[in-house]
Order: sequence, then structure tokens, then C-alpha cells
Amino acid sequence: MKEIVVISGKGGTGKTSITASFSVLAGRDAILADCDVDAADMHLLLEPDFANPGDFYSGEVSEIIEDKCTQCGECMKVCHFDAISLIDAKHRIDPVSCEGCGYCTHVCPENAIISRELNVGKCFVSSVKTGTKMVHARLGVAADNSGKLVAKVKNEAKELAVKLGKKYVLVDGSPGIGCPVTSSLTGADFVVLVTEPSVSGVHDLKRLYELVKKFRIPAGCIINKADLNSKTSQSIIDYLKEENILYLGSYKYDLAFTRAMTEGKTIVEWDGANSISLSIKESWEKIKESLL
Amino acid sequence: MRIAFTTKGDKWESMMDPRFGRTEYFLVYDDKSKEVTVYDNTDVQGEAHGAGPRTATELFKLNPDILITGNGPGGNAGTVLEKAGIEVYIGAGQMTVKEALEAFLNNKLEKI
Amino acid sequence: MKIAIASGKGGTGKTTLSTNLSVFLSETEKVVLVDLDVEEPNSGLFIQGKLLSEHIQYKEIPEWVQEACTLCGECQDVCNFNAVIQLGDSIMVFPELCHSCHACSGLCPVGALPMKPKEIGLIRKYKYNNLDFVESRLNIGEEQSTQLIANTNHFTDENYNNDYIKLFDSPPGTSCPVIEATKGVDYVVLITEPTPFGLHDLKLAVDTMRDLNKKFGVVINRYGIGNDDVIGYCEEENISILARIPNRRDIAELYSRGELLYDKVPEFGSEIISLWNNIRKEVEAE
Ligand code: SF4
Ligand code: SF4
Ligand code: SF4
Ligand code: SF4
Repeated sequence: MKEIVVISGKGGTGKTSITASFSVLAGRDAILADCDVDAADMHLLLEPDFANPGDFYSGEVSEIIEDKCTQCGECMKVCHFDAISLIDAKHRIDPVSCEGCGYCTHVCPENAIISRELNVGKCFVSSVKTGTKMVHARLGVAADNSGKLVAKVKNEAKELAVKLGKKYVLVDGSPGIGCPVTSSLTGADFVVLVTEPSVSGVHDLKRLYELVKKFRIPAGCIINKADLNSKTSQSIIDYLKEENILYLGSYKYDLAFTRAMTEGKTIVEWDGANSISLSIKESWEKIKESLL
Repeated sequence: MRIAFTTKGDKWESMMDPRFGRTEYFLVYDDKSKEVTVYDNTDVQGEAHGAGPRTATELFKLNPDILITGNGPGGNAGTVLEKAGIEVYIGAGQMTVKEALEAFLNNKLEKI
Repeated sequence: MKIAIASGKGGTGKTTLSTNLSVFLSETEKVVLVDLDVEEPNSGLFIQGKLLSEHIQYKEIPEWVQEACTLCGECQDVCNFNAVIQLGDSIMVFPELCHSCHACSGLCPVGALPMKPKEIGLIRKYKYNNLDFVESRLNIGEEQSTQLIANTNHFTDENYNNDYIKLFDSPPGTSCPVIEATKGVDYVVLITEPTPFGLHDLKLAVDTMRDLNKKFGVVINRYGIGNDDVIGYCEEENISILARIPNRRDIAELYSRGELLYDKVPEFGSEIISLWNNIRKEVEAE
């Protein structure tokens, strides 16, 4: 079983549409995992049934048990996040400001403060229209998008892939270069970088590849909307050569992506003969080949 | 020499866990006494932050000379292992523990 | 007046909008643009101003004093973020993981972990023609962006008085950094695209803003692609649509070269003007 992770640094490069297209091409051979915690959008194209929901906990907040509290004020003195205040002569913790550091729990002479794990959302193992399973999550507002959620989603997908004897785990990776994307990358066999030929696109690509290098995972790159700036696209291709990144193809700037999305379809389903669909198929073949 | 593996189970036939920080188990093999110790790391797996350094301290307590894993520990965990003087070999992510040991003994794994 | 420009996810045109709006306004008003997308500050790619000053930003982290330490292990036990660990006879601190809560420092029985400042990022002040521009950049590897955002907000308050219109380019998403970035602003502009993805992410952003009790409106970028569902949603939910930026190839091309648009594409410029008029109306309403 091989794990393929698609990432792009910043949003807006078409990463999710491309990952969903690969999912359609892989069909029953792949288990899917949506680890794009900021914008979990893959479900909009793949029609999951949101089955097997499980609660997801991450991080902690502290709470004062009123009956035990003697209002001594020790907790308020140590909190560095201004989360504890005296309201109507009672000490209270504001859960939004609380960082969950636990300092207050250690100084309270009455043991009146407890930590509670935060329920930040739900995790699903859905059946999707491509005849396979997808692991994905729905986070609540202001939830902490930690590496833990990403690790959980990926892990469930991998276990399922082993159990069902699938060839691939296909991961829509996390944005940015922080902890979630690090979690997305751990354990991957191949990384697909999606970029676009803009100043910020190139900037993000390079920062991201620095991270990928540390993991020593083979990588390939897709240049989306390549014809918007052919000069920059060429310089990206040169960069790929220098860094030994497999060039997976350049896609045209085309509204077909969006049209397909509006109908809830990936572009390869919407019009298999479209030039982008053909390019995506080619990229997918190259990825499969390099994993042999 | 004590050799530690990041694993998904507690047997020689178990698959390796390619991750370091969130590995499910450690299996430690002592090549003199031929003894195998299993350490369950699932507690740390559930940590939201800092799984790497936490796992590295747990590993330190198992007192290995060598660690065999998949991708290699990230920056923070790497610092701990370096300080602890544990040598790290990577590239065994897709093997069983047994295969990983053989690969190591035949110098097939990359040292970092 | 303080305005935040935000979106449910990255890549919807947040930076394009903030840079163009602020440069346009600076022709007639006192404006400061603050890039709070500290993990990936991109505004500076479009506004190459003159550097006025640099200000290193710090957070507090514990520093181990070996001579004093009794190796009791208390610090490792109390840290909820695994940022301080005991390794044999030494204590290691991981600055990137530390949330500066002071617990280990305060609870160490012998005072062997005093808190010391550590660099986490850099604030730079620029001048671009008439526009003041503040860029805040988190050091690579650092994970606590919220602290730097709070510092930057504070810095802006100290350096620019209330005569200024303050525009904040916020980080994407709906988690802690956005909440910190929109603290204290009078109005939030949410930018989205008229597609199913755009609508889905917009709904999450709207929920967040409502949770935080913020006044907000929506800008539709790349208007003309996709469908009318975003408009339908805004009407149903009584959310003002502040501007509709047309989808045009020349806009995408200029953007890819890192150029400003408002003075080059009239259809874009006119939307920026009506955006500003609408924001003013909304802020002054009630
Ligand atoms: S857990 Fe930390 S942040 Fe929360 S109230 Fe206690 S001291 Fe304050
Ligand atoms: S330290 Fe404990 S007893 Fe004192 S005010 Fe806080 S919660 Fe109440
Ligand atoms: S709490 Fe203080 S004395 Fe105890 S191990 Fe930590 S630094 Fe040393
Ligand atoms: S200050 Fe808080 S977060 Fe930082 S090392 Fe000490 S206990 Fe951990």
C-alpha cells in the first residue's frame, strides 16, 4: 500500500479539485483522506454519506467547580492568558481565552479546577461515489487544527486500506507549513506539490519543498494555470530539475474546473476529453509509475 | 547493543510504523540477551502538541543504542535523540520489523 | 477605523483586495495596511515600499539553570505542551512548542527555570508613496502565531493613532489566529468565490464571525465563474454583498506578475470604490 499526499502551501491553486480527480481515476484502488483542515472541501465533489461519525477531542480547557472554590484568587494570579476573571464575586474561566496550560490547576489550594478535553468536531468514515471509502472530519468553529486531527484521519485511512487490501491512500493535505502539514507528510510515499506561476505561488512552493526535503519523500509537481505566466512557469520547471522533483505536467488556465465543480463533479467526470482531464490522467499515470 | 524499532504491533511480523513521534509501539531488541521489550506509545499518539519530544523521552528510558524507523524524526525529536546519543537509521517504513532488522544488519538502511 | 480582510481559506484573493484597497485609499486618506498573515505574509510581494524600521518580537520561554536544578522532574510533569522534558540528568526546552504559560517556571521548587525573552518574529514598517505598511513575519519553525499577531496589533495601536484607517490582512481559516486578528476591529470583510467550495468555506467563516459578534460583509471575487448560490445564501442570511470583482484573465495575469490592479483594470477599480463606500456605510450604520 502506498500513500500519496497532495499539498500546495497556500490555497487557491486547485489542489482539492486535482486530488478529487485523482480519486476518481484511482476508483476502488484507493482509500481517501481529507486532511485539509481549513477547507475540507473534497466531500463537495465525492458525495460521502457521513457515516460512522465519531467525536474528536483535541486540547483542553480548565473549569472551576463552584462548590469547591473558596474564591481565594490564587488561580487568577498565575494565569498568563487573562482567562480568569472575577465576575459577581466569583472566579470564572473564559473557555475561549483559556490556553489549556493547566497552571491554575496546580496552584488551586482546594483542587477546585479540573481540565476538560475539548470536543472540537466529528470524524467520519464515509462511502463515496467512486465506490470506495473516505475518512474526513468536520471541525467546529475556532477548533484547534492540530497535527493530531490530521494524524487521526490519516491513520484511520491507512488502517482501512490495509484491511481492505487497497493499493493507495490518497490524501488531500493540509495548508501552510506548520504542524498540520508536517503531520500530513509523515509516513507518505510520494508528495504531489500543486503550484501556480505567480509570485506567491513560487514563494510558497519553495518554502514547502524545504519541508518535504527534510522528510526525504520523493516529490512531483503540477503547475496549474501555467499559461497565465509562461515565463514564471518555465522558471518553475527549471527549479524542479535542479531539485530533482518529478515534473507532472502543466495545466491550462481554464474555467472548466469551476464549471465541473458547480455541478458537483470532478473535471475528469465532467468532460473526460477536456485538455485538463487528459493532463490529469497523464499526471496520475506518472505518479503510479514512479511508485512501482 | 539495543536496537529500537517504531512499530504498529508487538511481534516480529508486525509492520513498522513509519512515523516517529506518533508511533504506536516501540519494540526493543537486545542482540546479546536476545530479549525483546515492547513499549506501548499509544498515550503519546493522542497528544495534540509536542508528540515528537515526548516520544523521544519515552524512547530514551528504554535505553537503546540504535533507532530504526521510517521517515526519520522531525526537528524537535531529532534534537533529543542526538543529545541522547541514539543513532537513527531510516527507510524501513514499509517493512515488517523482521525485514527491518535484516535490512539493518545488511547495511541497507540510511543513517542520519 | 479598523477593518479586517479575511476568508475561510487561503487563495481567494484576500491579499489582492487588501493591497489594492489600501493603496487606493492612501491617495486621499491616512491609511496603514497591516499584514497579519504572519505565517505567509504575501502583501509585501505586491507593495515594495521603503523600509523605515525593524522591530524584533519576543515571547518568553524558560531557560534552564543547571546549577540550581535538583532534577525533581516537576517541570516536565506540569507542561501541557511537551515543551520541557527531562533527559537523564538534563532538562531540555523546546522554544517552538512553548506557549509561555509560566507554569514550569513558577512551579519549579528551586527557581531553576527563569523566563527569558526569545525571538519569534519580526515586524517591519514600510512607506509606499502615501501608504504606511506593517509586515509581521513569524520565524520558520515557530508554531505560536497567535502571540505574534497580538504583538502586532499592539504595535499598530502604539504607532498609528485613530486618524488612520487601519486595514488588517488576516490569516486564513477559522481557528485561533483569525480570532486574534479580528479582535478589536470594527468590521470584517469576508472574501469568497461564487463556487460550491467558496460557499462552503464562506459559511464556516460567517459562523465564526457571528460567534465572535462581529459586523461583516462579503466580497465576491472572480464573479462570473460558478453559480449564484453565494448570492442566494447572502440574501437569505441578510448579509451585505459589498462588491463583485469580475473574473477576468487580465486580472489573473497581472496578479501572477505581482502587480497592483485598481489603476490598470477599470472594472476592478470601480469595484474597489464601491467596496469602500459600502464598508463606510455599514460601519457608520446604527
Ligand atoms: S489553564 Fe492556563 S490559561 Fe486556562 S485558565 Fe488555567 S492558567 Fe489560565
Ligand atoms: S485558586 Fe481555586 S479556590 Fe482559589 S479562586 Fe481559584 S478556583 Fe477558587
Ligand atoms: S522543576 Fe526545576 S528543579 Fe525540578 S527538574 Fe525542573 S528545573 Fe529542575
Ligand atoms: S512556560 Fe508553559 S508551555 Fe512553556 S515550557 Fe513552561 S510549562 Fe511548558
